Amino acid sequence: MAEKVLKKAASFYDSYFRNPSPDKKMTHYCPGCGHGHIHKFIAEALDDFEIADNTILISPVGCSVFAYYYFDTGNIQAAHGRAPAVATGIKRAHPNSIVISYQGDGDLAAIGTSEILHAANRGENITVFFINNAIYGMTGGQMAPTTLIDQRTTTTPTGRNAHNEGYPIKMSELISQLQAPVYVERVTLYDNKQRARARTAVRKAIKNQVNNLGFSLVEVLSPCPSGWKMEPVDAMTWIKEVMVPQFPIGIYKDITKEVQPYVYAKPNPTAAEIRELIEVIPDTDTGFKRSVYPDQYRNPQIKIAGFGGQGVLLLGGALAQAGMMEDYHVSWLPSYGPEMRGGTANCHVNIREIEVGSPMVSNPTVLIAMNRPSLEKFENDVVENGLIVFDQSLIDSYVKRKDVEVLPIPATQMADKLGNTRVANMITLAAYAAYTGIFGKETLYTTLKTAIKKQRLLEINQKAIDTGYEFGMEKKKK
Amino acid sequence: MAKLLIKGNDAIVRGAILAGCRMYFGYPITPASEIAEAAAKYLPRVGGTFLQAESEVAAINMIYGAASGGLRVLTASSGPGMSLKQEGISYAAGSELPCVIIDIMRGGPGLGNIAPEQADYNQIVKGGGHGNYKCPVLAPNSGQEMCDLTMLAFDLADKYRTPVFILADGFTGQMMEPVDFKEPKMDSPRHDWALYGDAESKHNLISSIALDPDELEEHNIKLQKKYAEIEKKEVLKEEFLVDDAEYILMGYGIVSRILRTVVENLREEGIKIGLLRPITLFPFPNGRIAELSQKVKKFLVVEMSNGQMVQDVRLAVNGKCPVDFYGRMGGVVPSMNEISEKAKRWISEKN
Repeated sequence: MAEKVLKKAASFYDSYFRNPSPDKKMTHYCPGCGHGHIHKFIAEALDDFEIADNTILISPVGCSVFAYYYFDTGNIQAAHGRAPAVATGIKRAHPNSIVISYQGDGDLAAIGTSEILHAANRGENITVFFINNAIYGMTGGQMAPTTLIDQRTTTTPTGRNAHNEGYPIKMSELISQLQAPVYVERVTLYDNKQRARARTAVRKAIKNQVNNLGFSLVEVLSPCPSGWKMEPVDAMTWIKEVMVPQFPIGIYKDITKEVQPYVYAKPNPTAAEIRELIEVIPDTDTGFKRSVYPDQYRNPQIKIAGFGGQGVLLLGGALAQAGMMEDYHVSWLPSYGPEMRGGTANCHVNIREIEVGSPMVSNPTVLIAMNRPSLEKFENDVVENGLIVFDQSLIDSYVKRKDVEVLPIPATQMADKLGNTRVANMITLAAYAAYTGIFGKETLYTTLKTAIKKQRLLEINQKAIDTGYEFGMEKKKK
Repeated sequence: MAKLLIKGNDAIVRGAILAGCRMYFGYPITPASEIAEAAAKYLPRVGGTFLQAESEVAAINMIYGAASGGLRVLTASSGPGMSLKQEGISYAAGSELPCVIIDIMRGGPGLGNIAPEQADYNQIVKGGGHGNYKCPVLAPNSGQEMCDLTMLAFDLADKYRTPVFILADGFTGQMMEPVDFKEPKMDSPRHDWALYGDAESKHNLISSIALDPDELEEHNIKLQKKYAEIEKKEVLKEEFLVDDAEYILMGYGIVSRILRTVVENLREEGIKIGLLRPITLFPFPNGRIAELSQKVKKFLVVEMSNGQMVQDVRLAVNGKCPVDFYGRMGGVVPSMNEISEKAKRWISEKN
């Protein structure tokens, strides 16, 4: 015959060594407090399921802030209301651990409402114990979100008034409305029968996590004789007669028989696979020798501007990419934010023989203007003897400056002739490259392979390079 | 050596993964959202976790939870989000949890705008949340450094058990530059303080609470010793033409890039000027500044703020030479010409 020995659960520390009080056997809770019951139910469940070693208990801010004095498990103390977020982090880090978020009513239902609702809504595979005693115990009896109407607290000295403080919030009802939680029950502690039900609920909520079923929450209507300024026995009566009618006990949701358990399976790639998976291996390691070209075009600081949709940023990116492949120091800086949404875009590109200082090009040595507003806006910023390349087919005026070199190109018309207006940017790029001699054609071809992700567009863009390059060479001769 | 032309924000995420980071929790905010997007794309591929949190506050507390598990974890935000995260950062500093936090600064205060400012310096470098703590802060100024300093940040975080910041701005985040990526770190050593959900680690407690004032003071003294050690060992700075300089320009992040060109231009005009660029903002290169203040004529500090780092420069200079400041706010990025003009005027001014 098995011998039944009444003793403290093994999942409690034998001696509460973390408690600074000289008495290492007593808890810090007040006489008649409900935390002791719930702690006991949890510890017994951890014993019975043999999971204390795997358990990580999150202590909240509130009376149970020191829950880590007692549980011989892994322990984390969390900021006020944040326990479900902390639980999410540690559970995701170690999915095989058993994570318990232990929270009071201020913690869960006031300052941490967002964290609990979203952890529940994500269906985090954690267990939450919500101790509802309708008052802030730790801070000395202030109103809780669950304080009843007309209940007196230190911050509702004449009783909670619905017109001022609203009504007590019903978390089990709220959370059970969400799709993901698998088990939500409200229990209480006022007599042996209720405590037995509470014990069963606590065990089920933990077991659900052991079985990887998902999010479980047990709300416990719990006495706070100190906060309520009542004798412990009266406190139990008050729960039964006053609290329970407001917070009906029972199972609010239980879909544990219907859900599939979570399966934790993650890839574990090798170093080589990681480099591949996160795409840090360049498409090409082809390098090209730098061209020999006139000094005045060296180390260009380029501004490229036009309508959104003209491929202005891509043109700039391709220039930088080409520069990089010829082992220049390069930078590309876009204009970004609301001005992009306004329909005009510009970017700044540096291609330099020595390290790039400022990536910003306020006074370009080369301006590539793809539309009229861009030319008008930036023409005067170009340095003396600089180069202005502009799309003649879209800009009916001409460059007013006499102290700059000008390369007009009917890029859009040329692109239309090739059958795709959108390649005007690459035609312009190639014309600039050929005219100044900065990049050879092979460099531009290889650039395209990196810049153009859609394979079917590669061919037309290559034609654009050919057409633009030829145009640039022609102009260069003149 | 083949490099990748890549945005700074993107380089951060790939650097983080190469450093062994497998967890990201964050909330979208311009101009840091690309970090979350890249994390969402790449982390699950390598067996990691990306989770878009319901709020900045939740995100930093998820970081707190995951860091308690001894894993390398990352989050990113911008000014308004950083303000919200400060509670959690204080807890992480108090509980001595390693994590890496990216702040891609934008214009403030309040909602401000999304242009690049440097006005989070005080918030990030001086601690930011409640309590006697501060965190190492790295200030990259290039795509390569966005990657490399992120990797370094994880090492520092583990070495000192502390949150570590990358403080960058919208420009450095959005800019594309060639980046050379290192080999991935494959080992993740077990920490004796962390929780792994097993018998070996279950006696660990992650907590920032110490009710007894003497005990809390002792904890604070321990933290201060850690910060002193960081100050002694981890200062990073870059110098450009400083050795014979009579004037020192100082700036960090994107400003330092502009200043470098300014120095190049002014040197061409025969002005003996150099650039001292702090790479770590905490620890700050106080020693080098103090040394230089004995021999140079002036320090000129340029920031995209109301003058936050300049206060640290003044402390380090300690009255040994004049320290001038030039700042633009609201997301206005000073141009090279503007700074050159200012610098020339400063230099010609009698002290």
